[in-house]
Amino acid sequence: MEGLFFNVNNGFLEGIVRGYKSGILTHSHYASLTQCETLEDFKTQLSATDYGNFLANEPSPLSTSTIADKATQTLVDHFNFLRSNSVEPLSKFLDYITYGYMIDNVILLITGTLHERDTHELLERCHPLGIFDTMPALCVATNVEELYQSVLVETPLAPYFRDCLSAADLDDMNIEIIRNTVYKAYLEDFYNYVSTIGSTTVDVMHNILAFEADRRTINITINSFDTELTKEQRAKLFPAIGRLFPTGNNALAKADDIDQVRQVCENVSEYRSFFDNSASGQSNGDLGDFGVAAQLEDRFFRMEVHLNKLAFLQQFQYGVFYSYVKLKEQEIRNITWIAECIAQDARDRMHDFIPIF
Amino acid sequence: MSGAGPRENVFATRMALTNTKLRLKGAETGHSLLAKKRDALTTRFRAILRKVDEAKRKMGRVMQLASFSMAEVTYTTGDISYIVQEQAKLATFRVKAKQENVSGVLLPGFEVDRVPGSDFNLTGLGRGGQQVLRAKEVYAKALETLVELASLQTAFTILDEVIRATNRRVNAIEHVIIPRLDNTIKYIMSELDEMDREEFFRLKKVQGKKKRDAGKAEMKAITDKEESLKQLDEQQESTVDLLSTKDADVIF
Repeated sequence: MEGLFFNVNNGFLEGIVRGYKSGILTHSHYASLTQCETLEDFKTQLSATDYGNFLANEPSPLSTSTIADKATQTLVDHFNFLRSNSVEPLSKFLDYITYGYMIDNVILLITGTLHERDTHELLERCHPLGIFDTMPALCVATNVEELYQSVLVETPLAPYFRDCLSAADLDDMNIEIIRNTVYKAYLEDFYNYVSTIGSTTVDVMHNILAFEADRRTINITINSFDTELTKEQRAKLFPAIGRLFPTGNNALAKADDIDQVRQVCENVSEYRSFFDNSASGQSNGDLGDFGVAAQLEDRFFRMEVHLNKLAFLQQFQYGVFYSYVKLKEQEIRNITWIAECIAQDARDRMHDFIPIF
Repeated sequence: MSGAGPRENVFATRMALTNTKLRLKGAETGHSLLAKKRDALTTRFRAILRKVDEAKRKMGRVMQLASFSMAEVTYTTGDISYIVQEQAKLATFRVKAKQENVSGVLLPGFEVDRVPGSDFNLTGLGRGGQQVLRAKEVYAKALETLVELASLQTAFTILDEVIRATNRRVNAIEHVIIPRLDNTIKYIMSELDEMDREEFFRLKKVQGKKKRDAGKAEMKAITDKEESLKQLDEQQESTVDLLSTKDADVIF
């Protein structure tokens, strides 16, 4: 049924986004990018792609961060075009995508306020996708109590903050715990929201979001080993969705080392491969758990790319928009990585990026 | 020889000779001590030079690794600089200064003192925490290398200076002070010898004069004797001839 009316409101934008998608760098692009000797070559190579002349007006010694910033800017431009042309419920869906970045920005502002810095200069550091109109209003707050109130009033994130935290919590808790608590609430809310907008979208998005949730759960578990984060606190940060939920989450909450995490992941067929040849990683990385975890992060990225690519196989659904943003983000990471490798002359690591198409 | 080369202004006396000889001996002892010190310092200097070279190469590698691990962090987590800056409250990496004594030279050294634990170990909790931790470790290692290099480099400069000073002293003693003392000694010796010879000559002269005088006296004595004898003879003759000769005085 959805297929019947989907194109009335969203057909144009889906077409646009699929067009954008075909502009994502392909394998041959990456092959020529990795051949570059200097960042100038790199810029020339990129100008032959969909990025065009995005670096044209940059002063000559290019830094990798400029490249990353400019590439992000193109993504933001694309996204803003989509958002301004969208109608309900797609516009709402697109808003949901930005909430994740918004959380990061608000957390940044909270950090600044907690340490009594001038938060105005932080606005530049905010992720451009997470910028909302009333954000400068948050900078007015001089203490955490005021900031908390303005977050509740001014931002769409109010429900997440209201349900999870009180103003006093902002003072006491570690900023990363706040971030992950809010993010957990966001993921769950997004998950529920997606369920209301059509079955094809649900199919696609639930896969992606479940993976995102599981990935956070595993990451939080691994990263909280040997830190002051208690197991109860850790359990509270796990999103209550995903394939690992609830048994896996419970087991992970009690896990003490990476082997227990591995056992939990064994139970989910999709995640079994994550820890597969970690033995080889240990031997050539000789970093022990570091090596495994670093590889794990890599595999998470691969899995994310894979899932997001699958989203394009389905028509008449919103997942493509989310996937496009995520794939583009990964592409920016790849570009930055290659640029960084060129700048630091680390050719042997250059091929560690994750090709998309 | 004694006149050539600089020498000290001393009176050529035995006392001055003894003094100068003592000073020469002192200078020679000082020279050998300083030379030993110089050798010790040079050995140390060479070792440090080698270490500096190693440390610099190592630093190159380590810094490259470190900035690359930072790239990895950016890849997975994005920009964490602000969060880390704000969360870090306590320095976990401190540098302590110590002193080391190498043949009388105080060399400052720096030691790393790492406080375990960290204020921002929850950074990247949701994503990339391992990379953050790893970057932290790698940078700590890079800093350790830097600290090591810093103490080596300081030791290097200080030792260099000290070695120069010591070298100057050794050379000054060897080429200026010792020759001068030598010259002084030679001068005093030659002067003393000269005085000795003069004295000897004077004595000889005196002796010669005395001998001459004595010879003269003897001669005189002999002639006196002869004279008296002659007189005696003459007297005898006169006694004989007194009657026979006519005395002018005798008028009658």
